[in-house]
Amino acid sequence: MSDKEEEPRIGVFVCSCGSNIGGLIDVKALAEYSKTLPNVVFTEDNLYTCSETGLAQIKNGIKDHNLNRVIVASCTPRTHEPLFRDCVKKEGVNEYLFNFVNIRDQNTWCHQKYPQEAFEKAKDLIRMGVAKAAKLEALDNIIVDATPTALVIGGGVSGMTAALSLANQGFETHLVERENELGGRLKTLHKLFPNDQKAQLLLDNLKKNVGSKENLKIHTSAQVKNIEGFVGNFEVSVEENGNNINLTIGVILVAVGTSLFTPTGYFGYDGKIRITQHELESKLNNNDVKAKDIVMIQCVGSRNDERVYCSSVCCMTALKNALVLKENNPKSNVSILFRDLYTPGTHYEDYYRRAREEGVVFIEYSPEKEPSVEENQIKVYNQYLGEELLIPYDLCVLSTPLVSNNDNKALAQMIKVPLEENGFFLEAHVKLRPMDFATAGVFICGSAKWPVDITESISQGYAAAARASTIISHDTIEVEGATSFLPDYNKSLCTGCEVCIKVCPYNAISKNEEDEIVITQVLCKGCGVCGATCTNHAIIIRHFTDQQILSEIYAYGGKEV
Amino acid sequence: MTFEPKILGFLCNWCSYAGADLAGVSRIQYPPNMRVIRVMCSGRVDPVFIFKALLTGIDGVFVLGCHPGDCHYLEGNYEAEKKFIMVQKFLKIVDFDKRIRLDWVSASEGARFAQVVTEFIESIREQGPSPLSGENIDQELFNNLKAMENSVSSDRIRALVGRQRRITEVENEYGEKVPIDEYNAIFDGAIHDEFVRQRILLSLSTKVLSVKDLAAELKLDPSEILENMLTLKSRGDIDYQSIDGNTPLYMRI
Repeated sequence: MSDKEEEPRIGVFVCSCGSNIGGLIDVKALAEYSKTLPNVVFTEDNLYTCSETGLAQIKNGIKDHNLNRVIVASCTPRTHEPLFRDCVKKEGVNEYLFNFVNIRDQNTWCHQKYPQEAFEKAKDLIRMGVAKAAKLEALDNIIVDATPTALVIGGGVSGMTAALSLANQGFETHLVERENELGGRLKTLHKLFPNDQKAQLLLDNLKKNVGSKENLKIHTSAQVKNIEGFVGNFEVSVEENGNNINLTIGVILVAVGTSLFTPTGYFGYDGKIRITQHELESKLNNNDVKAKDIVMIQCVGSRNDERVYCSSVCCMTALKNALVLKENNPKSNVSILFRDLYTPGTHYEDYYRRAREEGVVFIEYSPEKEPSVEENQIKVYNQYLGEELLIPYDLCVLSTPLVSNNDNKALAQMIKVPLEENGFFLEAHVKLRPMDFATAGVFICGSAKWPVDITESISQGYAAAARASTIISHDTIEVEGATSFLPDYNKSLCTGCEVCIKVCPYNAISKNEEDEIVITQVLCKGCGVCGATCTNHAIIIRHFTDQQILSEIYAYGGKEV
Repeated sequence: MTFEPKILGFLCNWCSYAGADLAGVSRIQYPPNMRVIRVMCSGRVDPVFIFKALLTGIDGVFVLGCHPGDCHYLEGNYEAEKKFIMVQKFLKIVDFDKRIRLDWVSASEGARFAQVVTEFIESIREQGPSPLSGENIDQELFNNLKAMENSVSSDRIRALVGRQRRITEVENEYGEKVPIDEYNAIFDGAIHDEFVRQRILLSLSTKVLSVKDLAAELKLDPSEILENMLTLKSRGDIDYQSIDGNTPLYMRI
């Protein structure tokens, strides 16, 4: 921390950004205006502040004018703050004493017909930025040790792949499976698309590899009971065969997969002649299919009001099983009643083409006129013929969705991650961070996130392992210093009401043995909710303190109230 | 000269600030009336900030966060919403609640950002300049808003709003869940009482007054004033200063 009494000496660098800013408003005049603001001792305008020349000008400014605060008025902190923070840091100014003023993305680009108003807006924004900068305080990033171990929850195909990948990279890895053997859904499948490989073969292979790694510890009949701590330092308690094991873990991968849906009440499901695709796979494994007239019904219990989503694997499962049935008995009749058929990619579409060649009959139905399954025939309305078809059957196979596990919620609460509306785990960002959770050090792969097939489960297993290894391949982790903070001089303000504990989404706030509030900096993400909630204004949100934000408000409002 | 509204926007870093940047990148045009304060989460917006901004004479305050369910910090925007609704309830007392707005803009909604900002600016333009802007401000309104600022700064109101989600949506320490209607009734009562109390304190901070004087000044029933004065006295905030004939005069401690 720098000396708090130190007088702010602010330098303002106004960027022209070629003509992006300078083409609309007078950056020289802005720099001149900035000179009139309190605590500003140096200002300059640059053609491109982010260029080598621009950065050198900042460094020279700091050196020549002994600046202890730097402001750049230019594009947006979302893209360029790291660059300028780094620049001032190299010149000995704490990176948190840099402040960004956005006069391009949120100003000149949006008010192109109003140069005078945009100029006034830029003046206001710089004035607000200067007011905040004067109140900024130096902060240190937090460095914590990272334990180079990984925990993979779920021993299905995705979890096994991820665990194997991490173990191959040399990390001590713990694979926790709730059942008494590894395999997950793979254990009960018959053949796999898109190469018709026997599921058992892939499973045996994976199990052999997983079992042969010394640094990969397999815990079967085991369940995660509790998780505490934070990235690099999770304390996990696992119950294995009734015994409690405590593990110190650096990163956690969630690969808990899905549950099966039992379609009781749908199309006369009875588990005997009206069964699910999954039950059909078991029958195929046992060579137990005698039926000649087989009808499959798609989207049973999915894409409806209760479960709005498409389970994504059922179309391919039906096509694959239809081909297996045809191969086993070319004389059998196989019909597939579908709403939409989903066969993306070259390999998958090929199954559809082959199924048609093999004589599988495809009949579209609409959810408004669902097929009705009777004793030994199925009635389905065909909208193209405009009439009802009667199809005899001795085996009716229902394609039911994969659904989220009932205990996802308990696990989600343990690791502080969100679930989406259907109870699946929700990643940090669907495109930018698909294998991450918003919680640092926790990752996701496989069907726990969304029903995916074996191919995708494997890809995601590798991807999550790669993401996880970016953390545990380092000895230490650097965490943002702009966190919530209860300074000693504010401790007397704290009434112990615990509201901050309740609103913190990351369990970063707790009470110690002396009944005092303790904020674990490394768990805090700096959202600031606790500060805005604290009943006695004891908590400070660093880098976004009340004083800093109020100074911006007053600078715009023109007076202190 | 036509009235150009002076608007302050609090934007969360992850969604609405990114949406505002995207509006720029897409060169979507909107009126230049808003100045932005970037916060990491809309949940950082302390209710005090909104009152402070209005007290300086800013014509309208906009709080923008991530869509429900999309908050980068999981639930910060829900907390922001609860606080915002509370501020609205206070401002409704003096018919000033239309000068603030809360909305959601995602990082991909540049056009939506421009649209909601334009709409808000136009709504403020229609309402005209804030009576707290310029040289001759409406002192009574200023005092009312100041009393509200003090109310949202008080531990009672902050505790109520801070616990709201827990006790109405999850459950409290004793495993009880309070129905939202019941909660609102308690909360509305607390808002009204706290406002009256803070208003009394504000009046007594510059002069010594009787219950009757205060009732006249605040345009409230003397019995309600008396009731709240007794609470303030028991809290040690006010006390008798002297007796004027038969009428006790109060002062702020």
